[in-house]
Amino acid sequence: MDTTHSSPAGSGGTEPVLQEHFDATIARDRRIEPRDWMPEGYRKTLVRQIAQHAHSEIIGMQPEGEWITRAPSLRRKAILFAKVQDEAGHGLYLYSAAETLGADRADLTERLIEGRQKYSSIFNYPTLSFADVGVIGWFVDGAAICNQVPLCRSSYGPYARAMVRICKEESFHQRQGYELLMTMMRGTEEQREMVQDAVDRWWWPSLMMFGPPDDASPNSAQSMAWKIKRHSNDELRQRFVDMTVPQAEKLGVTLPDPELRWNEERGHHDFGTPDWDELMRVIKGDGPCNAQRMERRRTAHEEGAWVREAATAHAAKQAVRAEKGAVA
Amino acid sequence: MSDDHVYMTLAEGHEDDTRWAYGTGFEDPLHGVDTAVPDGVDAGELADLCVTLADDALVSAQRLAEWTTRAPELEEEVALANIGLDLLGQARLLYSRAGQVDGTGRGEDAYAYFRDAGEFRNVRLAEVPNGDFAFSIVRLLVFASWRLAHFERLTAHRDPVLAAIAAKGVKELAYHRQYAAEWVVRLGDGTEESHRRTRKALEQVAPYLGELFTAFDARDEVVAVLRQVTEAAGLPMPVYRPLPGSGRTGEHTEHLAPLLAELQGVARAHPEATW
Repeated sequence: MDTTHSSPAGSGGTEPVLQEHFDATIARDRRIEPRDWMPEGYRKTLVRQIAQHAHSEIIGMQPEGEWITRAPSLRRKAILFAKVQDEAGHGLYLYSAAETLGADRADLTERLIEGRQKYSSIFNYPTLSFADVGVIGWFVDGAAICNQVPLCRSSYGPYARAMVRICKEESFHQRQGYELLMTMMRGTEEQREMVQDAVDRWWWPSLMMFGPPDDASPNSAQSMAWKIKRHSNDELRQRFVDMTVPQAEKLGVTLPDPELRWNEERGHHDFGTPDWDELMRVIKGDGPCNAQRMERRRTAHEEGAWVREAATAHAAKQAVRAEKGAVA
Repeated sequence: MSDDHVYMTLAEGHEDDTRWAYGTGFEDPLHGVDTAVPDGVDAGELADLCVTLADDALVSAQRLAEWTTRAPELEEEVALANIGLDLLGQARLLYSRAGQVDGTGRGEDAYAYFRDAGEFRNVRLAEVPNGDFAFSIVRLLVFASWRLAHFERLTAHRDPVLAAIAAKGVKELAYHRQYAAEWVVRLGDGTEESHRRTRKALEQVAPYLGELFTAFDARDEVVAVLRQVTEAAGLPMPVYRPLPGSGRTGEHTEHLAPLLAELQGVARAHPEATW
């Protein structure tokens, strides 16, 4: 799927020369910028990855967005409202990064709602209590940070720069989530049970956020070579587990994995195997909330069509008026 | 590894700031303002005024929050959330002020979560459902214009706390009004459908205008804005048809109770909990 077949696009120089320049730029850890020549496979892989990331931000607003109107204190309401708004902002600048590669936001949105492009499988799970808001911040934003911090060094300039800003905000979100859980754990017995229940439900799906195991991840090698991706799925997953275990201890919750234990020899935690069949089912559209998430996005898009058309029509009329004014 | 810095420090040493949260507490607009009730100000009246203004803001913020993940474009997703957050921030400051001066020492959440619909004093314009984007935008234009006029007046209030809250709010409300006005012009001028929907929205908002002007007479300011915007949008001015009753005296539409049931449900299910 990711071929290195080169495009004739670009200016100056023959293709082998351009390819050589591109390879040297990657080798020197320099950034590729929008106007630089790049192999078509590199461009396609990036568009796919950035679009998927943008879609994830937008679909990811839904599970937590459900709780803004129900947040149990005004302070939590403000924090959550601001967080979900940040995700819309992240979606916006990621779509902009994709547009620097020649993609079009409206087209990418169509691909999403037609199911031709994916978003992170984690958002196909339901949010059943307010503790889920905290656990999503801790696990899901935490896993996103593990995935994304290395992407601040991605070889593609606009993506790398978008990631710097996004990671800063994600780290606030993660801290807010963890702080909510800390507060809940100091509250009533019922609240502590809510937190543990949410941890039980979100742990395994969070581990799946890093993607399939390395030996079953066909696109990874090329992306690593292009420095679009900087660490393998399994490396990132291990890092997430190692970092989360002490945080769980401090919080006073149990991670739902009987095989989880420190391995002195490896210097890492051993942990159980996620249910990869479940991941595949969710990716293929059969998770608990896939249909609901897509339906919401599709409805918002369709019901907003008349608004977008009105804005376009008004802008066109204004342009004509300005022209007439200039002539007169 | 430097990559991990952000995550690694998560569980370390934030004991001193357990109530910490980004963007929701650093800027205190009341910093340095004397919170004692000044001589000659009736504390009961001041508290009532603060609760009333807070109720308007909270109920409006709740409706704006309902747009989340349903907005017609991502830019509107961000803008509507911004406006909702501004209003939520205003509500929090105003409830806190009410709790300081009404002698109960209640916190903001006591007002928001533990009063019933009949005790809320918001105008009905704020509580009616969102409808389509045209209705929400026309409602926002009217609400922001009216509240802005009121807040401009309140910047000279004898209570320095309320005056400071109003001064902060004026800047926010001016943006809300501007945002809504631009959209009404786009929608009125845009397509046949957007024009029809916006015209209908103006008709639907009209019955709620009278109540606003009874609560705070900003008729001249609001009419001037509506006249200017509808003219630019090629829309007719709404015909004024006042509804009987007023949210200011606790007479609400059937829409407020369900709105509050959603807003208050979790908090009321766990009255002993801390969040």
